[in-house]
Amino acid sequence: MKELVGNILDLAKLKRVDYADIRIVHRRTEEIGVKNGKVEAFTYDEDFGFGIRILFSGAWGFASSFNLTKKEMEAVFTKAFKIARASLKAKGTGVDYPHAPQRVDQYRTPVATDPFEVSHEKKMSLLLGADEAIRRNKGVKISEAFMGSYKTEKTFASTEGSYIRQEIVECGAGISATAIDKGEIQIRSYPNSFRGNFATRGYEWIEVLALQDHAERVAEEAVQLLSATPCPSKVTTLILDNSQLALQVHESIGHPIELDRVLGTEASYAGTSFIRPEMVGSFQYGSEIVNVVADATYPGGLGTFGYDDEGTQAQRVPIISQGILVNLLTSRETARTLGKESNGTMRADGWNRIPLIRMTNINLEPGEWALQDMISDTEEGIFLSTNRSWSIDDKRINFQFGTEIGWEIRKGKLGEMVKNPTYTGITPQFWNSCDAIAHQGHWQMWGTPNCGKGEPGQVAHVGHGAAPARFRNVQVGVMKGSD
Amino acid sequence: MTGKEACLRLLKDVVRESRADQTEALLMTEDSSLTRFANSSVHQHVAERNRTLILRVVMNKRIVVFTTNLLDRASIRDLIKKAVSLAEIQHPNDEFVSLPSPQPIPRITTFNENIKTLTPDRKVKGINDLFKMVKEEGLKASGSFSNGAVEVAVVNSLGVEAYQRYSDLVFHLIVANERGSGYAGFVSRDPNRLDIHSLAGEAIGKASRGEPVQIEPGEYEVVLEPYAVSELLSFLGYLGFHALAVQEERSFFCNQIGRKLVDSRVTLYDDGLDPEGLQIPFDFEGIPKQRVVFFEGGVAKEVTYDSFTGNREGKDSTGHGLIAPNTEGPIPINLFMKEGGSSLEEMVGSVRKGIYVTRFHYTNVVEPMKAVLTGMTRDGTFLIEEGEIKQPIKNLRFTESVLRALSRVSAVSRDRRICSEGTVYSRRFITGVVAPAIKVDGFNFSGVSAL
Repeated sequence: MKELVGNILDLAKLKRVDYADIRIVHRRTEEIGVKNGKVEAFTYDEDFGFGIRILFSGAWGFASSFNLTKKEMEAVFTKAFKIARASLKAKGTGVDYPHAPQRVDQYRTPVATDPFEVSHEKKMSLLLGADEAIRRNKGVKISEAFMGSYKTEKTFASTEGSYIRQEIVECGAGISATAIDKGEIQIRSYPNSFRGNFATRGYEWIEVLALQDHAERVAEEAVQLLSATPCPSKVTTLILDNSQLALQVHESIGHPIELDRVLGTEASYAGTSFIRPEMVGSFQYGSEIVNVVADATYPGGLGTFGYDDEGTQAQRVPIISQGILVNLLTSRETARTLGKESNGTMRADGWNRIPLIRMTNINLEPGEWALQDMISDTEEGIFLSTNRSWSIDDKRINFQFGTEIGWEIRKGKLGEMVKNPTYTGITPQFWNSCDAIAHQGHWQMWGTPNCGKGEPGQVAHVGHGAAPARFRNVQVGVMKGSD
Repeated sequence: MTGKEACLRLLKDVVRESRADQTEALLMTEDSSLTRFANSSVHQHVAERNRTLILRVVMNKRIVVFTTNLLDRASIRDLIKKAVSLAEIQHPNDEFVSLPSPQPIPRITTFNENIKTLTPDRKVKGINDLFKMVKEEGLKASGSFSNGAVEVAVVNSLGVEAYQRYSDLVFHLIVANERGSGYAGFVSRDPNRLDIHSLAGEAIGKASRGEPVQIEPGEYEVVLEPYAVSELLSFLGYLGFHALAVQEERSFFCNQIGRKLVDSRVTLYDDGLDPEGLQIPFDFEGIPKQRVVFFEGGVAKEVTYDSFTGNREGKDSTGHGLIAPNTEGPIPINLFMKEGGSSLEEMVGSVRKGIYVTRFHYTNVVEPMKAVLTGMTRDGTFLIEEGEIKQPIKNLRFTESVLRALSRVSAVSRDRRICSEGTVYSRRFITGVVAPAIKVDGFNFSGVSAL
């Protein structure tokens, strides 16, 4: 492989490109989905190919193919070069790409048990067992259990002499119970909605999740929700559990701080950001207790790796310190806008996509509260758990979330269960209204395996550490359209 | 492109080699390119060539699906062996009856040779012309221009044998200045129909109307452009217009067939063969597409089926099978809303005080069985007063039941357009919704953007 790669990098030098890199990616995916006692989907996916990225006279070109042969690689190189040369005519100010030191290294996700080495019988048995436990509750209409295992081998080489090999292993699992009655659907999930919780860990992670232990509870809660009181519509104090808070961080902090989005290059798809580069260092993003880091080194985080896809080493960088925005997620090309060096967030969804700035593990640092004390300290409010829906505008400022379940808080105690809870807000107002964050004992990493961005679309696997937190004066209950 | 003969030969070899009870082999090839621009400069320009084999094997009702793009003979042989071995230990799905049997497939042309003329130079020239146009208006352009040549071939052990090649072109354009933005979009199988000048004019017209004002959220009359309508209809297709959602009792169509659920002006259907849409002659199981009517004159009529959901009810597939293993159900991907008798101007002219919406953004489901969605307006939202479009307004959040909105439709436009997100997350297969503009007498906006 080294010889094939070297041939392309030699070609690049002959063409006097500013810079070129090549990535060869081999990805294996195994997913098992159980529904109502049947293995509804058992899939194994293998995907292999390479992509060549060329910067020529300040313009990018990229081409890719499934066919790793010398002849095809040369043809793909020629295509990428032609694309860069064509793009030159519309490059605007062009790209001034900073040089980076040569890196020759390897990284491998530390795992105790490779999930691909665990027998299929064992995996199916675990999922069918959890599914059966859910269906013991006759009020449940749809029981589901899911497990996914992912292994990505990547080779990165650049004209700067870097040669980096990585093996990233990920897995995750989850269960859900759906109850349906009189034109209404209620769902409860564990450990998180939308297939579960995921990590860069081995099969030991699946065992930690102990799906079956939670089956009875999710089934009961799904059925109870059918007869629960609808979430009231009011402005109140809101406490979010850590999984919903993880998505809140994702949508209203993680995406707005992507510097490519800030600079407008995502305008044509999911939009830009209310953040401007000059806000870094002074903007009061949240209250003084809000501290956020981007940490691609956190053990087990779904956004944990050795190097990003342009050869920058994984880092832990402060993003929000005592409420002040102090940095953004950057690449080698964009970091110069801030007068900084890349903080290593460029990742591509496979061989056939270019790297974009992606979240790593964007973590809300823990506070000092015990969750029970936080609830006891709340005279009146609502506690919401587990995401059900999300939406945010094209500047990442007006958001609305729905959760699977909620409980009213009255005089410092959790009270009646409420169904169809929703809340809405404006990003900086919301984070500035945060007056309590739970301590490390409540803090947990959540893997988000479905973060979409870019054209052609790319799915990134990212992580968010969070502990429950409290927000004041939040509008909850936004359901008029369902009347 | 691989070509019909080579695609089918490869798939037949795969099926022949499998010792499973039933085998289905689907091949998708792609040769595509995407040019992306922002702030009136090209910042991304990419190309991809790929081909993927999706193998579904059935052993005594035990089903597994293997997917690979490693298509050398040894890898394929290994894949078949692994798939069959795994199927043997898989748990059976008693509800599975059979893969589908062959049916005659309509012969239609879905590939335009001119797609090959879209070279990087030609695309950049068109985009550069666009930049000049928007600059003259004091605006900047962002967007994407993508094109693809795609092949889909299906062979199964019961004799299904289908091949089709597709061309597609998708153009998204947002023009913006400090005050606001405007959108125009285009999708077609025929690149000669792309008129960048016209698209630029449409988007510029939206972005040049002055400083946006903020209005209070609440219920308003709305005129929704086809882009906005197509988004709402897509969600109906996903949530309720297919058999799996009905069988699992999670569709708003449950126990409602034959009932009038929305206004009589609303007729919605799926038709893979209608040339006004992006035609698709057969589904991913190789079964010909049938026209399926969801609402006729506001009355709930029928839903789509693939072979699995059809066999559950003893019915035939309507040709809506998606790529295996499809756990989402046979979601319709050629949606149409029937045209009405109004012009867009007449619709706006009939509004005393309301809102004109170009498109929605980041729409998501709040309550599935009532089809309650939330999302934001984007790239061209205006106040209508006394029958005229006045100034732009700050983007609004809607939280509304699409069924409730469709029950309040008071006008449907004569003109329709095909709209497509053109989003490609893994394998390229572009779909579109053909929608008119509609006027809705009462649409709930629940919030407003702070910017």
